[in-house]
Amino acid sequence: MDTFILISITGIGLGALYFLVASGLSLIYGLMGVLNFAHGTFMSVGAYMGLWFSTQVVHTTNTWTFIGALIVGGLGGGLFALIVEQLVITRLYERHIDQALVTVGVALVVGAMLGGWFTNDLRLLPTPTWFINIVKVRGAIIPVDRFLYIGVAALLLVVMLAILKFTRIGLIIRAGVENRHMVTALGINVRLAFSAVFFLGGFAAGVGGVLTAAYQNGVSPLTAGTWLIYGFIVVVVGGMGSIGGSALAAMLIGITKQFANYYIPGLGDFVIVFLLAAVLLTKPQGLLGKVSA
Amino acid sequence: MNALAVKDLHVYIQGSHILQGVNFEVPANQVTALLGRNGVGKSTTLKAIMGLYPSTGSVKLFDKELNGVATHKIARGGVGYVPEDREVFSTLTVKENLNLAAHAENPNFELVYSLFPELLSRGAQRAGTLSGGQQQMVAIARPLLNKNQILLVDEPTKGLAPKLVAEVADALALVAHESTMLVVEQNLALVKRIAQFIVVMDQGKVIFEGGPENLHDEKFVHSMLGVSGGHN
Repeated sequence: MDTFILISITGIGLGALYFLVASGLSLIYGLMGVLNFAHGTFMSVGAYMGLWFSTQVVHTTNTWTFIGALIVGGLGGGLFALIVEQLVITRLYERHIDQALVTVGVALVVGAMLGGWFTNDLRLLPTPTWFINIVKVRGAIIPVDRFLYIGVAALLLVVMLAILKFTRIGLIIRAGVENRHMVTALGINVRLAFSAVFFLGGFAAGVGGVLTAAYQNGVSPLTAGTWLIYGFIVVVVGGMGSIGGSALAAMLIGITKQFANYYIPGLGDFVIVFLLAAVLLTKPQGLLGKVSA
Repeated sequence: MNALAVKDLHVYIQGSHILQGVNFEVPANQVTALLGRNGVGKSTTLKAIMGLYPSTGSVKLFDKELNGVATHKIARGGVGYVPEDREVFSTLTVKENLNLAAHAENPNFELVYSLFPELLSRGAQRAGTLSGGQQQMVAIARPLLNKNQILLVDEPTKGLAPKLVAEVADALALVAHESTMLVVEQNLALVKRIAQFIVVMDQGKVIFEGGPENLHDEKFVHSMLGVSGGHN
C-alpha cells in the first residue's frame, strides 16, 4: 500500500510539472493554431532568471528566496514569450508551417545562446533546506518537494481557470479558441488575446522551469526539450485548447509513467507513447478536446 | 444617400476567382436583399465587406473606405454581422455570447430582450445546446447590442422550421426600422416583406439591381434565381 501511495503522489508531482509546461502550449495552439516549438525556451529562460535571482540578487537560500525565484522565473518566461510573440509570431499569422519552422529556429538559437553563456552543464539552483525533508503518508515516505510542485500547479490551474471564467480577456480567449474569426467580426481585437495567452503560457512555463530545475537538481539548456516533448503529449492527450484537459492528461501521464517505471523498469516512456497512440486512435480530439467541425 | 457602396470587388480563394468585380450600392435606412443561386458569391461578398476575406476594389461606408481595414475595426465602425450558420460560441452561455459582442457604451440589452425574450430566460444555458432557431436569435441579437450604421445578415432563416422563420422574419422587420440592412436570403416571401431594394448576383457578378416588385414576376424569378417565386 505504501508503495502505491508513494508512486501515486510522486506521479502527481511529476504530472504537476508536465501541466505547467503543457497549459500554455495548449492555449496557444487552441487559440492561434501555433505549434510553438519555442515553448521549451520559455522554461529555460524562466529557470535561468530564477537562478539569477537566487544567486546574484539575493544570496540566501530560504523559502522567500525560492518564492521570489518562482515569481521572477514566471515573469521572465512570460515576458520572453511576449517578445517572441511580438517579434516573430505576429508577422506570421495564419502561416502555420512557417510559425512551426521559425519557433524551432528560436528554440535552437536561444538554446545555443544559453549554452554558450552558461555552458550546458547543470547549474545548481539553490533550494530551501526543507526541500530534502520527507513526510510519511500512510507509511509511504514522500519527498516534501513533490507537494510543492502539486501546490504550485494547482494554484496556477485555479488562477488560469478563474481568468478564463471571470474576466473579459478570458471570455475572449475561450471564444477565440472556438472561432477566432467570429470574435474579430464582433469588433474584438483578438491579437490582444493572443498576447495575453502567450504571456500566461510563458509565465506558467517559466514557473515550471524553476520547479523542474529544483526537481532535477539544476538548470541546463539541454533539459527543456525533454519536458517539451512531454508537454506536447499532454496537450494531445488532454485536447487542444483545454486547460482542464491538460491538467487531467498531465496527471494521467505522470502517474502512468511512475507506475510503468516501477513495474517495468526503463519502459515508462514507451508506455506513455503507447497511451498517446491509444488516445489518438480512440479519441483523436483528446480527453476534453472539442471534435473538429 | 447610400450607406454602402461596393465597387469592383474581387476575391480570390485558393486560386479561384470567386468575386469578379462586384458593384452595387445599399441605400441608407432601407433593406437591400442580395439574391442569387447557391454558390454565386453572396456570402463571400458579405465576408469581404467585413474584411474576413482579402479583396481588391472598394467598399465605402458613408464615404469611409473599409477595404484593407482590420475586421474588428470594421465592426467597431458600425458594421454589424450575422453570419451564415449562426456561428454562436457553443461552449459559452447565451449571456456570455451577448456580453462578448457588447462593445457599445450602453449596450442595448433592452431591444434584444424585447425582440427575443427567450434569450433572457436562457441566459445561463450553453449556446451549443440551443435549438437552431434559438441559436439564430443569439446570432441576430449580438450585433443589435451595439449601434450599427449597417447590418449584414447572411441567410437568417436557413434551416429553420416555418414557425421560427416567421419569428425571425418578425424580428428582422422590426430591426429594419432601426438600421440599414443588407440581407442575403433565399426565402423570397421574407424578401418581399422586408426589402425595398434587391441586388441579384450570378457567377461572382451583379446582374440586376432594382425593386422587389420584380419578384412577383415568375419569369424574372425563374431566370434570375432558378426558382419559382410563387412558392416562397
